[in-house]
Amino acid sequence: METSSEFPVSLDNSALNARQRWRMIKDRVAHHAVGLGGVGVIIAILLIFFYLLYVVFPLFLPASITKLNSYPVPGGTEAKSLHVALEESATMAVRYTNGGDAVFFDTGSGEVNTTIPLWEGDVRSIAVDSTGSGLVALGLEDGSALVVQHRFNVSYPDDLRTVTPEIEYPYGPEPLRIADEGVLLEQLVLTDTDRRLLLAGVADDGWVRLAAFDKKSSFISDEVTLKRNAGVVETAGVAPAFVRVSPNQKRLYIAREDGTLLHYGVQDPRKPELLETVALTDNGVELTSLEFLLGGFSLLAGDSEGRLSQWFPVRDEQNRYHLERVRGFEFQGAPITGIEPEKRRKGFLASDSEGRLGIYHSTAERTLLLDRVVDSRIRNLALSPRANRLLVEDTRGNTHIWSVDNEHPEVSWSSLWGKVHYEGYDESLYTWQSSASTNDFEPKFSLMPLAFGTLKAAFYAMLMAMPLAIFGAIYTAYFMAPKMRSVVKPTIEIMEALPTVILGFLAGLWLAPIMEQHLPGIFMLLLIVPLGVLLFAFAWRQLPGSIRRLVPEGWEGLLLIPVVLFLGWLAIALSVPVEIWLFGGNMPQWLTNELGISFDQRNSLVIGLAMGFAVIPTIFSITEDAIFSVPKHLTFGSLALGATPWQTLTRVVILTASPGIFSAVMIGMGRAVGETMIVLMATGNTPIMDFSIFEGMRTLAANIAVEMPESEVDSTHYRILFLAALVLFLFTFVVNTVAELVRHRLRRKYSSL
Amino acid sequence: MRQNVKSWFREGTPWIWLNAGAVSISIIMVAGLLLLIAYQGLGHFWPKAVLETDYRQPGGDRVRVIGEIHDTESVPVERFTGTGVEFPEGQEMVTRLLVKTGNRDVGGLDFRWLVESRMEDVRYPDQLMVLERREWGNFYGFIKSVREQGDIVTRGEGAWEELQARLERVERLHAEIKTLEKDRIGTINYQLEQLRLEKRGLELEGMSPEMAAAAIADERSVLEARYGKLETELNALYEASNRDSLTAVTMSGAETDVPLGQVVRAYRPNAMGPFDKVGFYLAKIREFVSDDPREANTEGGIFPAIFGTVMMVILMSILVTPFGVVAAIYLREYAKQGPLVRIIRIAVNNLAGVPSIVYGVFGLGFFVYFLGGNIDQLFFPEALPAPTFGTPGILWASLTLALLTVPVVIVATEEGLSRVPSSIREGSLALGATKAETLWKTILPMASPAMMTGLILAVARAAGEVAPLMLVGVVKLAPSLAVDGNMPFLHLERKFMHLGFHIYDVGFQSPNVEAARPLVYATALLLVLVIIVLNLGAIAIRNRLRERYRALEH
Repeated sequence: METSSEFPVSLDNSALNARQRWRMIKDRVAHHAVGLGGVGVIIAILLIFFYLLYVVFPLFLPASITKLNSYPVPGGTEAKSLHVALEESATMAVRYTNGGDAVFFDTGSGEVNTTIPLWEGDVRSIAVDSTGSGLVALGLEDGSALVVQHRFNVSYPDDLRTVTPEIEYPYGPEPLRIADEGVLLEQLVLTDTDRRLLLAGVADDGWVRLAAFDKKSSFISDEVTLKRNAGVVETAGVAPAFVRVSPNQKRLYIAREDGTLLHYGVQDPRKPELLETVALTDNGVELTSLEFLLGGFSLLAGDSEGRLSQWFPVRDEQNRYHLERVRGFEFQGAPITGIEPEKRRKGFLASDSEGRLGIYHSTAERTLLLDRVVDSRIRNLALSPRANRLLVEDTRGNTHIWSVDNEHPEVSWSSLWGKVHYEGYDESLYTWQSSASTNDFEPKFSLMPLAFGTLKAAFYAMLMAMPLAIFGAIYTAYFMAPKMRSVVKPTIEIMEALPTVILGFLAGLWLAPIMEQHLPGIFMLLLIVPLGVLLFAFAWRQLPGSIRRLVPEGWEGLLLIPVVLFLGWLAIALSVPVEIWLFGGNMPQWLTNELGISFDQRNSLVIGLAMGFAVIPTIFSITEDAIFSVPKHLTFGSLALGATPWQTLTRVVILTASPGIFSAVMIGMGRAVGETMIVLMATGNTPIMDFSIFEGMRTLAANIAVEMPESEVDSTHYRILFLAALVLFLFTFVVNTVAELVRHRLRRKYSSL
Repeated sequence: MRQNVKSWFREGTPWIWLNAGAVSISIIMVAGLLLLIAYQGLGHFWPKAVLETDYRQPGGDRVRVIGEIHDTESVPVERFTGTGVEFPEGQEMVTRLLVKTGNRDVGGLDFRWLVESRMEDVRYPDQLMVLERREWGNFYGFIKSVREQGDIVTRGEGAWEELQARLERVERLHAEIKTLEKDRIGTINYQLEQLRLEKRGLELEGMSPEMAAAAIADERSVLEARYGKLETELNALYEASNRDSLTAVTMSGAETDVPLGQVVRAYRPNAMGPFDKVGFYLAKIREFVSDDPREANTEGGIFPAIFGTVMMVILMSILVTPFGVVAAIYLREYAKQGPLVRIIRIAVNNLAGVPSIVYGVFGLGFFVYFLGGNIDQLFFPEALPAPTFGTPGILWASLTLALLTVPVVIVATEEGLSRVPSSIREGSLALGATKAETLWKTILPMASPAMMTGLILAVARAAGEVAPLMLVGVVKLAPSLAVDGNMPFLHLERKFMHLGFHIYDVGFQSPNVEAARPLVYATALLLVLVIIVLNLGAIAIRNRLRERYRALEH
């Protein structure tokens, strides 16, 4: 009895207690750590989706504006503003008045920085270079114009950004003569190229006067001498309300108040040639505003009913250009008083007589904002070059500065997925062209050709992979001898891990040239191999049993390997004779010449084979599992009732396993859709929309791989590539989820059987 | 007979045969692909015989052509219409050979197509010499003399032995140059850059530029002095390596001087015996796996790519294993099983099917620009505006791939956990072990082979993935490896080279695809081998694991 009390069974031993507590703490800590870690990892995975969404989201936000400040028009209202322009970062602005002054002022406070007198007398009209160079022509009373250029020189003394305004006279301080002495000019226009300065205006006789100044730079100094050529356009009767010359100085547009537009060619400014007459507005509606969109190709017209429309020359069948209405924009309600195009994008602003402002984008056909900014009429509208600051001058003598948040106007549902009539094109098209060398380029962000290419590539891949993988899986799971199956299955499955870059490399550099060489052979393979296999099977059946028994049941696959090899060799060997016999020795050329089908070496056929190869293991493996796990008592029952193995297969096994096969196809398709390297390497990556098997494509994934490294962070292009990734993500995710759910249901069904 | 066919079809046997045919085609394709890669990849290093022939050109002139046969094909006569090459009437097929004539610096072309029937007097002279050069590709010709500082040392027969001896000297010099350039000068450059950053850091802390410059002036002058000394040494070495040259006759009969400093290796393939060839073969393979690439990656070795791939995979494994395993344990052992967990499980499973390029896009946006950009702002302001972590690099590549492969690890680990019989779990708990102890001491050890399988599959997938890497860190030529002798030894912000990207880049972006192709095959073979070995390993482990539980279940 005494020994038992010494035996350490007492549970309130304090050391043991401490240890127990320590174990509990550890358990609790482990619990929380694992919970935290697990949830963390799952959140991190889900983060992918939300991050993609987060990057894409701003694309679809409308524009917004906020008023920064208001002040009386700097420099007073005795002289009216003719034109206002903002500096790059919108800290300073310049205001040209009809008193002949250029008033530079600080946009933050409205304080005048400098006033530079340009001309002593009255200024009748003003013309501004539409390329944003700061070149301005002031129309004087005597039919001449003074050309000046304002500059905002930026320097950083003591790390502080300081803007110093400056006025230059690039063509000398003397006014240039446009019309003869004593003619008053209204509606002045100015365009400037490397070779020619062109000025035009409407004289008080209602005729348009043109003056072209050809530039000749002297060899010794930088001095430029001008040679004047003048012309007159007789506009019968009514005085022109608007005169516009395209920046390339080829087209002259003269519009009357009733909306009639006369389109002249001014290759030779001395002899303008009338090309056509177009009605820009409906009957009885006044044309109130006419401006060029960035690039000077499109015209924007605003009318007295508050409608806006875009027009540009479109080529017809006779190869002649006609001005056509391309698209209209949302009704603004009150007469349009002014249009201000953006300086770096194909967007524009419009103001109306009730003080409303609309922000639009032409390609996207999008109204980004429509809001009342002032109570009175808007007299002048100026947008900073970066399109993030807006200056509004109303008729009550106040200037307002607004901040504009309009990062991605180019994107709309129609510009991403619809046909768009781009500038310079004859018709509406699906086009992807994200960048070009020029500044005034219209980006073409249609995802349709890419989505189409993706599906086309997947289609051809599935066309190749589905029969091979599914039939192969059926045989492997149902007919093949177990011993052979244990080798075949891992062999095919291991190919799933084969890097696709290797497949792409072989497809592009090895397979594509071979296929071009043996094109008829490739098509003959489709015919010769199945027929040959059948023929062999039939012949085999006729053999005496003693030979047939040498190959036990379930080993036909092995027996067929040399047969298929021979048939394949036969098809390729016959290729050249057939090519000589039927296609004049060169099938690709024959296709192009005789059928008019263009042939790319890296085409969909190559993609189908290579990507089909990549997809086969995925489909094979899942299908095989589905068929193999069909309960054996079902098949035994069917066979016992006297069905042949083939009947059992088609009426019992396949039906039971069909959801599994369906999910295998879905998962295979998901893989084909997202595959990048094979498509990147084995096609020409041209974003075309064509079903032809002899042409390539560009897929969403390959497009991301090609363009992502070059796109600027947070630009529209960058976000659209993210959108492409999001589309891929959602597509594969949905497809896989459906497949997975089907498979789950199948598994439940089996377990109930 | 007809009855026979009909009943045969009714039985369905033909369809069974067709199904068998599908399996055979799949097997042939798989095996054929592997054999093709193996054949092309392994064959590249074997010394090829160099032929000399007189070729009748379309105009009737005869020219001597020296080169290796690269490819043979037979094409219909029609493809020659318009090229001026004429064939006897009735001939249908033409055999033409792609001959690598080298001497790009002399002839401009590396390869020519020759029509076999127009090649006369094909011979394989023992004296024909091949030079592998550091620039301009291979050189084919006959050696005439060896020169030292422009003066002829040996001429005629002895020139070959003399050349070999002198080449050994040049090789030694080049090894010295390499250590000097890469290690010693590289280190000084690195330290100078660190000093510049230090100075900038001091300036950011409010010190005037003059004071900051003074603070580092001492160290800087020491380094610059050392740099100057090394530079003189280096120049001396370069001069020494360019001392000798050889004169050789090319196929056009012109004599050309080749400085020995340009020559990597000189050999006479036609004079080699079988043992020489095996030795040459092994030496070439050694060069392939252990040397740096030359000539825009089309020649030399792929060591940096192997290193980059392995490095990235190791980093990825370090990242993916703990997270994947913890997530799996949470899902299987801790989370309350219900519809939510089932949805999460399906979602995780499906993420494995999301295209890899999507992960690349995410990695670029989130890791590189967002995380990396913020890290730069916080920790490396002195280097701005040049990004440190705010640019693609090996760390981000590994993280992206870890994210890409974490579903694989989760799924495999979960499967392993679910295979542990619940009797074991319950037994352990019944003996008084806490949940954590049960997990740590019984379940995890039993599930460890499953984790290994998951990890190996993840590694196999990561090693072959290229598309996302193109966005988050891979480059065609990395100036330095991610591990070197400079503090802190591991440079996670650096860009790296990768076998898979190497294949893409050399095969599709290099200026001389034809010459680079064999090298791409060899690279592909290496990559395939690595991945197949990893996968077979995973399968073997999985099988062993199954056996083990089969024993437990009874």
